[in-house]
Amino acid sequence: MAITDAPKIITARLGYDDSFTLERYLATGGYTGLRKALTMTPEAVAAEVDAASLLGRGGAGFPAGRKWSMLRKNPLTYLVINGDESEPATFKDHMLIEGDPHQILEGVLISAYALQVTQAFIYLRGEFALGLERLQAALNEAYAHGAVGSNIFDSGFSLDIVVHPGAGAYICGEETALLESLEGKRGFPRIKPPFFPAAIGLYGEPTVVNNVETMANIPWIVNNGGAAFAALGAGRSTGTRLFALAGHVRNPGNYELEMVKTTFRDLIYAPVLGGGIRGSNTLKAFIPGGVSAPWFGPDQVDLPLGQDEVGNAGSMLGSGSVVVMDSATCMVRAAWRITKFFSRESCGQCTPCREGSGWLERIMYRIENGDGREEDLDLLMDLCDNISPGVAWPPQQTTICVLGPSIPSSIASGIRMFRDEFL
Amino acid sequence: MSHLTADIRTRAEELVALYPEPRSALIPLCHLAQEQDGWLRPEAISEVAELCGVTAAEVRGTATFYDMLHVEPVGTYAVAVCTNIACLLGGALELLEHAEATLGVRAGGTTPDGVFTLHEAECLADCDKTPCVQVNHRYVGAQTPASFDALVEDLRAGRMSDTVPTHGTLVRVRRSVGLQADKGAIETERATVAQEQAARAAAAGEKKA
Ligand SMILES: Cc1cc2nc3c(=O)[nH]c(=O)nc-3n(C[C@H](O)[C@H](O)[C@H](O)COP(=O)(O)O)c2cc1C
Ligand code: SF4
Ligand code: FES
Repeated sequence: MAITDAPKIITARLGYDDSFTLERYLATGGYTGLRKALTMTPEAVAAEVDAASLLGRGGAGFPAGRKWSMLRKNPLTYLVINGDESEPATFKDHMLIEGDPHQILEGVLISAYALQVTQAFIYLRGEFALGLERLQAALNEAYAHGAVGSNIFDSGFSLDIVVHPGAGAYICGEETALLESLEGKRGFPRIKPPFFPAAIGLYGEPTVVNNVETMANIPWIVNNGGAAFAALGAGRSTGTRLFALAGHVRNPGNYELEMVKTTFRDLIYAPVLGGGIRGSNTLKAFIPGGVSAPWFGPDQVDLPLGQDEVGNAGSMLGSGSVVVMDSATCMVRAAWRITKFFSRESCGQCTPCREGSGWLERIMYRIENGDGREEDLDLLMDLCDNISPGVAWPPQQTTICVLGPSIPSSIASGIRMFRDEFL
Repeated sequence: MSHLTADIRTRAEELVALYPEPRSALIPLCHLAQEQDGWLRPEAISEVAELCGVTAAEVRGTATFYDMLHVEPVGTYAVAVCTNIACLLGGALELLEHAEATLGVRAGGTTPDGVFTLHEAECLADCDKTPCVQVNHRYVGAQTPASFDALVEDLRAGRMSDTVPTHGTLVRVRRSVGLQADKGAIETERATVAQEQAARAAAAGEKKA
């Protein structure tokens, strides 16, 4: 099978027991990317990231270099890192934060230099108690080492980083809700436009919001050049990416794989990766990019792990989470639980999302419990259509953020692929 | 009289100083208050409000939005069993049912002795170890019904106090330094923006009147 020999860009250090310490970080090439960046102009650093064609790893897959270039010119700008990771079955940022916090800090430092920002915030999910402690400890070490703070490595560049804990709300992963939360408010997404963070962000100032894994790639890109990164993968999906594999496989876990050159089949079946379906069952379906994504069946396992490849096939690579469901799985139950999640986590600002998710959850619950009614399937699809007209992919939006239009994905997939089970 | 202890109060003031606007410290300060009391007492809410320059109602309004902030007492150990998709496929509903039987409370409830609160959680981002359980937001690994009962015994006997502090204590690593970069530019810019906003608001007010 085609497990390419692409370098480990972001997981190289994770094999060490002390991978999270400054000592190990320095012994394995840590902070050399920052030192190199500080000898370059900020524009040259940004140009390397642009040349790398690094797609954001938070879910939307927007090119980081392009996002940076859109930052409104202003005397004051902010960089905010999204470490809220709560898309169900996604657990890659969690591992990077606990396992290699200095790599994230170095990515933030280099990015802040490229953007000429002097204050950055790293918003971590509140439930990451150990991650919060590891990252704060690493930040303390980095300050003492002269890598953060005033006049970093005698370069004249200064940056403060603040680690900020969330408090348990999925919606705070949405970037404008995250900014509201960071301002001490409820996590209500803002209406875009006009509130694209690059124009009007934290405290109304232009702000770049990037994901934790996106940051982790930056030191390697500066050390090896954007072209070396872009040489991996294919098309728009360059470099490697962390895939969080969960569900009915023998070896669930995080795997860093070269994009496009590897397929879902490799990820799920290769002995050194997923190792195949657990027990003697077979593959029934899989979710390719977090529970907001439409499901795929066994006939789609040969799709490459690439953003456009998966997008063109009617779903998304999203948060990089792959959930495998075997032949014994009850699809109604799976779709019901995902719907219940959205219903619990809807922030409540928009009627289709707030009310629709609750209605869908209750109908799914009665079907799951054998009390389904003749007309329920039509009712489900009608409700889905009210939340996202046409129930198509990519979804139409009637709401402030895309949590709403993500709700129909699993129900529509379940009914399309496994209609019998819903009757 | 301060409700927060001198130590917690000092740490709270340190946190407020990290942000361009004090209100940003609201959630971190709520966590600190919970570290002291295990939950958000009304006195603590008032003090957080004062430190952040907002009203107590605003603190309460924000706090009630978030699952980890509690305006009512919580057990010493908050046990969260994830039942989201990956854990569901790994038998989480069965584990939750077992946990309810062992603890004698339904999800959401607290044992009469105040030691355990049981929560049915959404994904805890540890989905390769299913079903995933956290106690006071510390991962305790995948659990079976048998290992869950042993875990409860260990917690009750205080054998896990090193790894699992009592409910409310979130971050035990304190920030070692305050802000170091020159904040003069930031403050000047923010003052200008505030002036412009005030001018716009005044102009809008005149128009209405
Ligand atoms: C409902 C919702 C939840 C999201 N959750 C996360 C999250 O947990 N982590 C994350 O990095 N991005 C999340 N995003 C995407 C962010 O809004 C944003 O696109 C991302 O943080 C940008 O970083 P990137 O460009 O580096 O990917 C979420 C988006 C939505 C709509
Ligand atoms: S779509 Fe849902 S989560 Fe998003 S803003 Fe509207 S109500 Fe809130
Ligand atoms: S689904 Fe349970 S921890 Fe992610």
